[in-house]
Amino acid sequence: MAKRKGIESSIALADSVAMCRVDAISAYPITPQTHIVEHLSEWVNDGELDAEFLPVESEHSAMSAACGMSAVGARTFTATSSQGLALMHEILFLTPSLRLPVVMAVANRALAGPISIWNDHSDIMAERDIGWVQIFAENGQECFDLTPLCFKVAEDKRVHLPMILNFDGFIVSHMIEPIEYWTQEQFDHYLPPFEPQIRLDTRAPSVMGAVGVPEIYYEAKMAQHNALLDSKAVVVEALESLEKEIGRKYNIVESYRADDADVVMVLLGSLVETCMTAVDNLREKGLKVGIVRPRLWRPFPKEEFIAALGNIPVLGICDRSFTFGAAHHPVASEIKSALYDSEKRPIICEYMIGIGGRDIRVQEFEQMFMQLLEVKTTGKALPIQYVGVRS
Amino acid sequence: MEKFNVFASKLIPEAELFSPGHKACQGCAPALALRYLLKAAGPNSMVANATGCMEIISSAYPDMAWGVPWIHVAFENAAAVAGGLESGIKVLQRKGKIDKGHINVIAIGGDGGTFDIGLQALSGMLERGQDVLYLCYDNEAYMNTGIQRSSGTPIFASTTTSPAGKSVPGQRTFKKDLAGIAAAHNVSYVATASVAYPFDFMEKVKKALATRGSKLIHIFAPCPTGWKSQPKDIIKLARLAVQTGIFPLYEYQGGVYNMSLDLPFLKPIKTYLKIQGRYRHLTDDMINIIQEDLNLRYDWLKGLAALSQQEAK
Repeated sequence: MAKRKGIESSIALADSVAMCRVDAISAYPITPQTHIVEHLSEWVNDGELDAEFLPVESEHSAMSAACGMSAVGARTFTATSSQGLALMHEILFLTPSLRLPVVMAVANRALAGPISIWNDHSDIMAERDIGWVQIFAENGQECFDLTPLCFKVAEDKRVHLPMILNFDGFIVSHMIEPIEYWTQEQFDHYLPPFEPQIRLDTRAPSVMGAVGVPEIYYEAKMAQHNALLDSKAVVVEALESLEKEIGRKYNIVESYRADDADVVMVLLGSLVETCMTAVDNLREKGLKVGIVRPRLWRPFPKEEFIAALGNIPVLGICDRSFTFGAAHHPVASEIKSALYDSEKRPIICEYMIGIGGRDIRVQEFEQMFMQLLEVKTTGKALPIQYVGVRS
Repeated sequence: MEKFNVFASKLIPEAELFSPGHKACQGCAPALALRYLLKAAGPNSMVANATGCMEIISSAYPDMAWGVPWIHVAFENAAAVAGGLESGIKVLQRKGKIDKGHINVIAIGGDGGTFDIGLQALSGMLERGQDVLYLCYDNEAYMNTGIQRSSGTPIFASTTTSPAGKSVPGQRTFKKDLAGIAAAHNVSYVATASVAYPFDFMEKVKKALATRGSKLIHIFAPCPTGWKSQPKDIIKLARLAVQTGIFPLYEYQGGVYNMSLDLPFLKPIKTYLKIQGRYRHLTDDMINIIQEDLNLRYDWLKGLAALSQQEAK
């Protein structure tokens, strides 16, 4: 068994990136992501990691430089949060369309304004259509474990797309946790060297980023969409080999005490662990509650999610960001549309929680579950519940 | 250092790494600049191109004009992408993952993509001292989107967003000093060039690429479409810009400025302005303002050259 140490999740994530033998890092500081790139710069400047660390002048250039690095065949990493991700927005669409397997850690944080450095999912939900593979880690161990998975999936020749590792800013990024490190041998065994399918090479000149005339643009986008959909199977495969490597099992859709549940909660990120405590408390009282949550967010694992729901009659969906003016907020919108074609269409109640760093406690999840149990009795859905907001 | 201006055309490679058959307008000087650039740089080069005329005309799938590896990501980030190429090549060569041997990393942008929207990324790359040659082809407006003014557009020039109107006679501002901004980053090499002086330009490219660190060449490249001029007059215009002193050719290296040409006198600016439709509305007073400004700038540059050369001794 590998050794466990008490360490900040961001530092562990950076160590994991270094142990993936990353070639090139483009970096720009932003709270709460900053510790990752700081720690990677220490790896490089202490001579312990043979990589190029490029301290660029903006996130826009961070993603642009990452494209350049990856285009010549370097294993490339960057990290950001919030406004930084928003500033990258334009280039985020280019990375997958150029089929460059850049890996990026996103410490999820609210978007301004008003300016807020605290955690919610506004940054990533605004970028859910960019064409990257996107996964959520719930704690420091998952940040450490899923980093090599991101490189493995992104660089797989069947995928060759960039991948985002999401984790909650501060709540996870700044938490000191006992984390079990893999050995370098395990990293090297799990993650083979990057062999790009396409790269810029002076011996065989090629063009990346040609103009997409109307005769080919649609086909190019279709191919990109299919590649992202097809990546799901590769993620599943990579999670299976991760289990073989280190013995921890992760799934693209996770269930917690949901098998016989009357009601389940759907949510993403670190609040799952708070919600689990609520589930345990209510289960002790004999109430049948559980959690079903997609760990993989893009491509959305629709079939697996529906299968995981089984015949559960009532669903609570938690959103942690607004889609202003929309009928539903992003997670609810995704799941409701996924279930529309399904034969099983549970009653759905939507909750808005944890906006801009607003705490959400076990008791609040318990109250939400009690509400859902009541909904099961009445058979009538509730309007969207904005939990804890003051009028 | 090879002296192209002595041996002239016989020493220039025949191979066309920027192929004919691209979609540029007749008389396009930027396309000519790229052709010369790649003749001087050769096949061991990699290009990051900003969005703009040269990107569009050379890469409409499947008609690629590029004989060297080429990447286009977006408009404002050619310097950052090139910086990424350089970092990637450096680490992969160091780790033995790709063949060693120098690769010229070249970023290309127009005046809009360089003076305006790309200036931050350019400054970042120059400040980091990355081993990249940035080539700005300057046709003095956003030609690709239909002739809108940029901060490279000279005063009084009429464009579609600085039209010669009844109360405002065209562009209100003087042209930004791009080469001066690059030199202020204390980079390895800065030069101005002109498509009318191809041997001088190619020698500057060779010199820049033989120098490690970040480099910038600002090449003056008239646009017949945007300037409302005849395609046949394009080289003449580029030459007149130098001979009138409105676009002086010089180099900056190691803190020293060198004028590339020794002009005994400057031709009056009127000879340059009068064959361009974008200046059709100019009054004598406006021409005088242009003349006075260029005289000041030209004298200042000559003074800077004399002073810096003296200091270097």
